[in-house]
This record gives sequence, structure tokens and C-alpha cells, in this order.
Amino acid sequence: MINIFEVYETNKMIEQEQLDVRTITMGISLLDCVDADLATLNRNIYDKITHAARDLVSVGRDIEREYGIPIVNKRISVTPIALVGGRACTCPEDFVTIAGTLDDAARATGVNFLGGYSALVSKGMTPADEHLIRSIPMALASTERVCSSVNIGSTKTGINMDAVKLMGEMVKETAEATKEDSSLGCAKLVVFCNAPDDNPFMAGAFHGVTEADAVIHVGVSGPGVVKRALETVRGENFEVLCETVKKTAFKVTRVGQLVAQEASQRLGVPFGIVDLSLAPTPSVGDSVAEILEEMGLASVGAPGTTAALALLNDQVKKGGVMASSFVGGLSGAFLPVSEDQGMIDAVNRGALTIEKLEAMTCVCSVGLDMIAIPGTTSAATIAGIIADEAAIGMINQKTTAVRLIPVVGKDVGDTVEFGGLLGHAPIQRVNTFSCEAFINRGGRIPAPIHSFKN
Amino acid sequence: MKKTIITVVGKDTVGIIAKVCTYLAENEANVEDISQTIIQGYFNMMMIVDTSRSRKPFGEMAGDLELIGDELGLKIRCQHEDIFTKMHRI
Repeated sequence: MINIFEVYETNKMIEQEQLDVRTITMGISLLDCVDADLATLNRNIYDKITHAARDLVSVGRDIEREYGIPIVNKRISVTPIALVGGRACTCPEDFVTIAGTLDDAARATGVNFLGGYSALVSKGMTPADEHLIRSIPMALASTERVCSSVNIGSTKTGINMDAVKLMGEMVKETAEATKEDSSLGCAKLVVFCNAPDDNPFMAGAFHGVTEADAVIHVGVSGPGVVKRALETVRGENFEVLCETVKKTAFKVTRVGQLVAQEASQRLGVPFGIVDLSLAPTPSVGDSVAEILEEMGLASVGAPGTTAALALLNDQVKKGGVMASSFVGGLSGAFLPVSEDQGMIDAVNRGALTIEKLEAMTCVCSVGLDMIAIPGTTSAATIAGIIADEAAIGMINQKTTAVRLIPVVGKDVGDTVEFGGLLGHAPIQRVNTFSCEAFINRGGRIPAPIHSFKN
Repeated sequence: MKKTIITVVGKDTVGIIAKVCTYLAENEANVEDISQTIIQGYFNMMMIVDTSRSRKPFGEMAGDLELIGDELGLKIRCQHEDIFTKMHRI
């Protein structure tokens, strides 16, 4: 039988260490909504989402109350819209109407974000893919809750450099289209290499074509819990450090597994995966950077940071895998600069640069995330950063992503405020040497060789 | 049957157990185990309760107990047992 100390430990994690379930995300396939008529397609999409997810938010609240665990977000991911709208949409403006429908459906179901305004173009673009990509700035400027992502490369296919170039331009245009809101549209736009089909986290969530009609994914969190656990083993060797992270990750993930099973059962929708990510928030004590600093770094960004992050990421997976029957999504540590107070502090004290962040993305779960850069950064430079990050993902067979915000009207030394979970960020310096001739070549980078791994 | 764990945390005062138990008895919830201890200077009590015969829905009971806690200046939480067993037992 459970004892009072175990009950105390769990409740301390929830009340004092910000343990929460970061998101319950319902993946919904829209493939059966396809129609040649745009109005019919929009109606089908709205009806399917609002029917499938009608109880998502209320079930989430019930679980929260009964188990006493906060579930911060309830969200929806859908089939990449470029696949759904290919027949009915003949121009970018047609796709924007679907973004409007998705926004309405998100509002009607009460979810705070809906992901899947996406295109998968790792090898080539169909006309529909290109229309969707070109519609992203308009779509993100005219909606509130819709999130967009584009997969521009993979280990199996190489990198579609035409799409990389186009995405550099679209990130710029999105920043311009939402400049009244500190270029916030870019916070809802992710460029991926090796995007997973079952990611529950925004802004990169979409419901892959390999998935069932509807499915429940859960994203756990808990940087604060790991940080507090590490405080008890200060000065101990790496074996003790790693064991502590592993045990803590196990406990955190078990809560995610429980919530996923309950939600799946109550909604009558199959359980997909638990995503084992350490997802920070801007609140104090909920920071991945603070974990790395607790390991013995004066500031995140110091030499040793990449090693510390690598061990953290690996131990979180090792502990989490046994705690859940299905693990998937991004599963690792997120490094969204604006959403992590420790990262923001490190940038402000000059300890953390984009180049160091890029190195860290070789061993973390995703990539260059929520980094504010000068609004004057060129589209080609943004494309160059995307290409670098995609190359890391392609060669290392991992997911990488870029979510940069070139804030219009701001420069190095300024700060931008996004509010809420998106936080605030200092504008970071970008290397200004040009890569334009490289980006303008066009075509594809071939898939890498899978031997001679040096 | 799922058990409910009720935890009471705060400053020790006279009649805490009596108040909580009276409420549970009135609502046909059976107390199966009680333990208490002081952790970091705070009074901690845990009850394992079978609420399967109770007519009140879980949410309402949790809300009532929270109010009783407020009156006594304590934090009273009601949670399904699963969150603890899942976390601490393989």
C-alpha cells in the first residue's frame, strides 16, 4: 500500500516543483474530409474536428481534478493541410480559408492551439505544397490558434534546398505580416528535418498519415522536478547524477502514462504515445538551463554545456522509456530560449550564442527554438540557418527544427515580449556574412551515406 | 475499486481528524487507513478512503473537503490513488 512519504513526494512535485502534464493532444485525420469543392471541404473539416474533439477539454479538466495534476494545455493536431486541400485549393488564398476554418474549430472546441497547417516537402513540392507554404504568412496573420510546420528534409531523402530557400522567405514575410504583434506569427511556424508523425507539442504538431483516424498523445514536462532532485546530489559523481535523472524521469513519465490512458479511455480514442520531453516555461524553477547549471556550470553556454545536455537528454529517455508503453514524438529536452528564464539570463550575460545553441541541438530533442533575431536579417541568412540545422538532423538521424523570430523593428540589445507561455527574449546576434550564393543554387542536397560514420 | 487518497497539510489544531471523518461518514465514505507525521515542520495526514458507496460525485466531495480545509486553515486534497501507485510502484 502507498505510504504517506510517497504521497508527500508526489504532491511536493506538483505544488512546489511545477510537475505538470504539458499537453494532451488529440491527433485527428482529415483525409476523409477531402473534397473538390472548397466550401464543402471547409465544412467537412469543421464538422470532423468539432465532433471528434468535443469532449477533449472537459475530459482534460476532469482528469486534472481527480488526480490533482495540472494539465496545462489541451490541443489538436490534424493531417498536414497540403494533403487535404490539394484538390480544392488552387491558390494560396484558398488555403487561407482552411486556416480560418481550423481557427474556428479550435475556438469551438476550446483548445489553445491547433497544429497541422503543414506541408511535407523533404524531397519535392507539389503545387499544393507550394501554395500552402506561400499562404503561411497570410494564414498565421489572420488566425490566432493555428500553428504551421514544414518538413524540408530527412535522413532518407536529403534536404530540399528549394524549400529551404522558400521557407527563409516565408519566415521573413510572416514576421512582416505580424509586425504589429512583435512578429508573433513566427512563433507559430516551425521548419523541420525528420519531423515525427506523432509529436504532441506545438508549434510543430501534425497528425501524420501513418496514424489512426484519431489518437491521444500526451506530452509530459517537469524540469523543476529534475532540478530539485539534482540539488540533493551536489558534488556526487556522474553515475549518481545519471541515476538521479533517470529515476526522476521515470516518475514524471508515469504520470504522463496514467493521464494518457485515462484520457484515451474516457474519450474512446486510442492511446498513441507519451512524449518524454522536458519542456520549460518562463516561470522561475521550470527551466532546462537551471538543470544544466545545477550539474555544475556557472552558466548555460559555458564549456561542458553540450556534454551536460547530452547526458540529461539520454537519461531522461532511459528513465522514461520504461515508464510508458509507447514513447514517441520529440522526446528529449527542449531549448526554447524565450520560454526558459535560465536561457534568457544566459543570453543576457553573454554566455550563450546562436552558435553554441546550434551545437547543443546536436544532442537535444529539437533545435533552434524561439530565438529572436534582428528584423533586418535577410531571408537568405535565415535559410542558411535552416539548412545548417537540417544538415545536423539529416546526418545524425534525429529531428531538428528551426523556429526563429526576426522581429521587425528590433535589433541586438533590444528585448521582445511575446507574453504567456511564449515568454520574452533578448534579440540575439546573427553572423552577418552572406550565404546568398549558396542558398540560390537551388535543387536538393542528396541523402547521406549510412556507413563510414565518422 | 479505486481508492481515494485524502491529504491534509498545515498547522496542527484540535479536531482535524474529527471534522474530516464526520464529513466522510455523512457521505458514506469508509476510511481504511490513516497515518500522520510531521514533515519539515508541517502536520501531514493521509487517509485511504473507499468512496464507492458515496452518492456524491468525486469533484463535489473534493470541493467540500477543500472548504473544510479553508475553515481550519489547512490544505485538504482529494486525489485518486492511481497517481501515487503509478509513480511509486512498478
